[in-house]
Amino acid sequence: MWLFDRDLWLEVFATLGKNMFRTFLTMLGVIFAMVILMLLLGSSNGMSNGFDKVFAGTASNSLFIWSQKTSEPYKGFERGREINFRIEDATILKEQIPEIEVLAPRIELGSHRGKVAVYRKGRTSGSAVYGDYPEIDEITKKKLVEGRFLNKTDITDSKKVCVIGEETFKLLFDKNEKAVGEDIRINGVFFKVVGIYKPNNNINIDGENAVFIPFSTFQKAFGSGDRMGWMAISVNKDTPVPIVEEEIKKLLKNKYDISPTDERGIGSFDMSEIFNNISGFTMVLKGFSFFVGIFTLLAGVIAISNILLITVKERTKEIGVRRALGATPKIVKRQIVLEAIVLTAFAGLIGFAISVGVLTLLDYKFGSGEEFPFVDPMVSISQFLISFLLMVSLSVLIGLIPANRAIKIKPIEALREE
Amino acid sequence: MIEIKDLHKSYKMGSNSLHVLKGINFSVKEGELVAIMGSSGSGKSTLLNILGMLDELDKGSYELDNVPIKNLNETKAAQYRNKFLGFVFQSFNLINYKSAMENVALPLYYQKVGRKERQEKALKYLEQVGLKQWASHLPSELSGGQKQRVAIARALAAEPKVLLADEPTGALDSKTSYEVMDLIQKINDAGNTILIVTHEPDIATMCKRIVHLKDGVIIEDKNVEQVRAEKYV
Ligand SMILES: Nc1ncnc2c1ncn2[C@@H]1O[C@H](COP(=O)(O)OP(=O)(O)OP(=O)(O)O)[C@@H](O)[C@H]1O
Ligand SMILES: [Mg+2]
Repeated sequence: MWLFDRDLWLEVFATLGKNMFRTFLTMLGVIFAMVILMLLLGSSNGMSNGFDKVFAGTASNSLFIWSQKTSEPYKGFERGREINFRIEDATILKEQIPEIEVLAPRIELGSHRGKVAVYRKGRTSGSAVYGDYPEIDEITKKKLVEGRFLNKTDITDSKKVCVIGEETFKLLFDKNEKAVGEDIRINGVFFKVVGIYKPNNNINIDGENAVFIPFSTFQKAFGSGDRMGWMAISVNKDTPVPIVEEEIKKLLKNKYDISPTDERGIGSFDMSEIFNNISGFTMVLKGFSFFVGIFTLLAGVIAISNILLITVKERTKEIGVRRALGATPKIVKRQIVLEAIVLTAFAGLIGFAISVGVLTLLDYKFGSGEEFPFVDPMVSISQFLISFLLMVSLSVLIGLIPANRAIKIKPIEALREE
Repeated sequence: MIEIKDLHKSYKMGSNSLHVLKGINFSVKEGELVAIMGSSGSGKSTLLNILGMLDELDKGSYELDNVPIKNLNETKAAQYRNKFLGFVFQSFNLINYKSAMENVALPLYYQKVGRKERQEKALKYLEQVGLKQWASHLPSELSGGQKQRVAIARALAAEPKVLLADEPTGALDSKTSYEVMDLIQKINDAGNTILIVTHEPDIATMCKRIVHLKDGVIIEDKNVEQVRAEKYV
């Protein structure tokens, strides 16, 4: 097996090693190509990771539903009628639409996105105040810096507790003050702080200046009765969100006598759409990187073939001598193909080492993902192996061009004295 | 050792064809030292190339050590060359990035001789041509005469049946030429069959037999009293 022929390898390495400069120039193209491919792949990985981080903690298969004003007259109702969800809607939806996995009703104090005055020891913050179920945490995860989130007992016992955002904390407390266990006052009712959450740099639906209290406590404290503001819903992984979204809207429109064609009566936001867009984008980005990289690589390998072609011409005499001394065409061919492989493989490895270095540097400088979505830019082992193997197979195919040129050299022609 | 009958060779050049060898009958016995002479263009190199299986004959027959040489493919020709023949060229044709020893060892590599044995043999032949201490030098560090001696060592390394030399002294001054001829004579003394193409009458007289080519035919073929090169060294 020629693969284990030590002499053949020595012969190849001797030829390449004794023409260091030429060898280096030959490799340059592939080194660059490999660096470009790896950097492209690494960066798109970094971007993909960055987006993942942005979305971390938000269920991708989720949607939000809220009530608005109608925009069409229907069944004797005039347009512009305000719709208000009832808490029983949550139960109805859960019963009738089995694809719903988690449904977290929410109610908001004041108007939507409105600020409510929250007091503590002479300080005031204008914050959003939400009545929530602990299930909301399964749809949009809160990153807690201290304490805990709302739990089941808070709901069943209608405890007067709250979880506040870091922004709210800053407005109501001193920097080093301990907030957990302290009371804050909303509309004359006192709530004990049980947790503080931090904005986690990702999709932020609730804002950072917000106070979360148990839904049941909200009802009692602020007399909201059976009203409900909106619902965060996550659906079964196997079901496309838009289908469930349609079903929910149909059901609710029917219940509240809203025209089926009314686009405005019920508002909704499909989270999965963004996810799909972004993951589509990163897929395209990765595909594009690979595509561009592979063609760069092809160009690099062709450059090797080209230079080998030139060297074959330069080495006409040498090849003629070798043939006269007994080298068969097969041996000559094998040696030149092997030179192409060795050059490519070496160059590929050097390029890989360089790009790992550069990516590590990029990671160090930008990899935190704070300014823009860019986290852990690095190529995976499989990406490298695929590129590398592809490159080496290409080099075999393309090395055959100079190799075939070399065996066309007739020893007599090569040796003819000038 | 060599048996040639009615050898013809012509080169096609466009629509013309140049008849270079026009019926050569020629045989060489083992241990001979033959000079092939003739004016430029008389077909000396062509004859030697056919003998060396570097070129093919058009008509006639060629037997080397009783093996008929005809219709060889490139692979077979390479193997026969490696086994039967050693070449020495006017311009040495050493591989410039290989040391003297590596150059000498190259035909052995193509014979699939093991690495260690190759090196031992290469050193032995370098010693025979008096260049053992130059073994690790590159051709560029050697003089013309030394290069030709390395080339001769390389031709000998595969232990061929016949040594073919096309103007081996053509690129050397007369003193160095005699040194090389001295070496060739000693190799011949040891029993090797050698054919030398040369222009120079004094080189030819150092062989045992002179074959004269003119216009593609042998016009003279005589045995001569060998002049020993030793005297001039
Ligand atoms: N490949 C070729 N194609 C065409 N013509 C050729 C070829 N090789 C040799 N010839 C011609 O054949 C003739 C004999 O050439 P050859 O090289 O054998 O001469 P030679 O006797 O060795 O001459 P010299 O002493 O100059 O080396 C010359 O006229 C030459 O031009
Ligand atoms: Mg000639």
